[in-house]
Amino acid sequence: MSAASGSIAAPSAPPPAPASWNLPDKGRVGMACLILTESSFFAIFVVAYLFYIGKSLHGPYPAEVLDLPILSSICLLSSSVTIVFAIRALRAGSTAGFVAWWLPTILLGLAFLILTGVEWYGLIVGHGLWVDTNLFGTTFYSLVGFHAFHVFVGLSLLTLVLVFGLTGHLRAEHAERTEVLSWYWHFVDTVWIVVFTVVYVVGR
Amino acid sequence: MTVLDEGIARPRPAERVSAWVTVHDWATTVDHKKLGVMYISSALVFFLIAGLEASLMRIQLAVPNNDFLPPTTFNRLFTMHGTTMVFLVGMPMFFGFANYLTPLMIGARDLAFPRLNSFGFWLFLFGGLLLYFSFLGGAGLYGAGTAPDVGWFAYSPLTGRAFSRGNSTDYWILGILVSGLGSTATALNIATTIITMRCPGMTWGKMPLFVWLMLVNCLLTLIILTPLTAAQVMLLFDRFLGAHFFDTQAGGSAVLWQHFFWFFGHPEVYVLILPAFAIANEIVPVFSRKPLFGYPFMVGATVMIGFISMSVWAHHMFVVGLSAAANTFFTASTMAIAVPTGIKIFNWLGTMYGGKIRFKMPMLWCTAFLFSFVIAGLTGVMLAVVPWDWQLSDSYFVVAHFHFVLIGGLLFNIFAAIYYWFPKVTGRMLDEKLGRLHFWIFTIGFYLTFTTMHFPGLLGMPRRIYTYEAGRGWDTLNLITTLGVAVQAIGLLFFLWNVGRSLLRGDPAGDDPWDAWTLEWSTTSPPPDYNFETVPVVHSRRPLWDLKHPEDPDWKYE
Repeated sequence: MSAASGSIAAPSAPPPAPASWNLPDKGRVGMACLILTESSFFAIFVVAYLFYIGKSLHGPYPAEVLDLPILSSICLLSSSVTIVFAIRALRAGSTAGFVAWWLPTILLGLAFLILTGVEWYGLIVGHGLWVDTNLFGTTFYSLVGFHAFHVFVGLSLLTLVLVFGLTGHLRAEHAERTEVLSWYWHFVDTVWIVVFTVVYVVGR
Repeated sequence: MTVLDEGIARPRPAERVSAWVTVHDWATTVDHKKLGVMYISSALVFFLIAGLEASLMRIQLAVPNNDFLPPTTFNRLFTMHGTTMVFLVGMPMFFGFANYLTPLMIGARDLAFPRLNSFGFWLFLFGGLLLYFSFLGGAGLYGAGTAPDVGWFAYSPLTGRAFSRGNSTDYWILGILVSGLGSTATALNIATTIITMRCPGMTWGKMPLFVWLMLVNCLLTLIILTPLTAAQVMLLFDRFLGAHFFDTQAGGSAVLWQHFFWFFGHPEVYVLILPAFAIANEIVPVFSRKPLFGYPFMVGATVMIGFISMSVWAHHMFVVGLSAAANTFFTASTMAIAVPTGIKIFNWLGTMYGGKIRFKMPMLWCTAFLFSFVIAGLTGVMLAVVPWDWQLSDSYFVVAHFHFVLIGGLLFNIFAAIYYWFPKVTGRMLDEKLGRLHFWIFTIGFYLTFTTMHFPGLLGMPRRIYTYEAGRGWDTLNLITTLGVAVQAIGLLFFLWNVGRSLLRGDPAGDDPWDAWTLEWSTTSPPPDYNFETVPVVHSRRPLWDLKHPEDPDWKYE
């Protein structure tokens, strides 16, 4: 440091500091990184599912027991729309409008989980399919189960924000953070589109 | 002029604090510098443990028909040695240096998420302790096995319930899974820091190359580490829920585990070696007194390595019997990755060429790194050729190859980094004389061990055997290999003595002992908690050069 501060002659002044220096938001980049690493995690389960399609040594097979989960898919995908409206309302400063859209988002996610539970009940009790039954059971429950687990985590976080909203702690300045959380929710929905295609369309 | 040299806080005279306060302070810290030091210290402790395990194995292999160790113990030792060196030494070294240096180099005051940083560190440490707890608790309910004995890549079906009874394999899975989650968290943290917290003026093209490589490395870690986590979860499901992922009797595939493991495992090699490149990128220019040759090409080569490293994994699996098309593809991609690596080697040589080289300790290690890493790269290209690999896969030739990468490549530069940044971290210099003893004894021991180790491999000695018969031409070679380990151990003692002695009585370092150019040398040694009193503004890749040479600053030419 002494060498640096000892410098006297400065024939040419350095260019001025950049007038504006805006780097991306921490939360957004952190969430993008999380989504990147989670995508990688799901990709391995998807590859395993695709690799083992048709390799089960005995039934039940997907074509016999799986029905298209149309209703639950509609629930989950539409929750991605309601969450956008919720954040738009929050940005405009309307906490009431936010809660009015945020609550349905949670309820739609909850409906998805319940419908998945109903489907699993039918498979386990009705068809005797479990993780150890055959390769279909192994890959189905792990892929769909990890997705459902992510929905559960997302719902927990959404509910936490709802509590903040209901107790009046949520204001327009929190719209940015809420939006970062919504990225996670959109990601979970996108994974569902992949799972739906792989498990219920390709794999059936 | 700039704000760089203003208001640097001088350290206050040390106050006496009780041991309890110190421990509490370190255990609860979220400061990137303390966490960096804890990462590196824990890695050094695990390094000594894993080195001890290696020494025990080498004693066993020193002479034919030896019964120093029973075969079961030998299996546990090579499993624990490999697992420890990769997950509990290599990875935390990377995160330790990234943690400590990245914010200082980009002019930030901490990482983006300091509490997540602490969380990541403790996950790593307790994951490692969980793995080592298996020596005590791994027997499980069945009285079978203590430490894991399935090899560091834990091939299926050996890891199935039927073949690996007791809980030793579960300790392997869970210990690595937990520390892997910590690594994912820290990688996310460092990548976010680099993207969002660079000081004003530090555009992508003005970032120190160390930081560039850490960014690529963190993104690579994010992509490849969770696949291992996913595969380990599958293995847990197999072992505890009766799932059939890797259960060949129910239609599952043991080869799928190999694909999943090596999709993680080969990029992991680059995750381990890129920090070594990053260290050379900082040290070689400073000690050659020249700016780094070919900055944009270094960045490009690093990004290329990141991408290509994800398409080479099956060269670990040539002996499995892949299709000819797959063999051809993975040979080609493996050879292709030698191109950006070669670019780097030539850029370092280009930096040294015509420079006024100062062979201080950091530069000595980096020069030794260049030699060893070229040899490691050449044997790597040899092993990329399928027929050659068919002949030598799972032989001591492969073992010698990757020890050249990980010791001659990574460890040499870790030593370089410790000699280079120790003054910044502690405020004291490491001793040059002891350092030279460490350097010469350790490198001679290293070359004795690992150059020799290629030859029993060429003569057909497979890895992971616990003993061998006399008269196969392996005897003398194995004895020399083991003697080399003893020499390395002596070199290491000089290093430990040097660190301990210099911590207490080393020469005061001052802020900038090497006359270096990156921002970490503009603050005090050790840096204050807040790193920089005022956030610096940079105009070139070498902000300190600009400050020291206002008559001829870099920003005029960049």
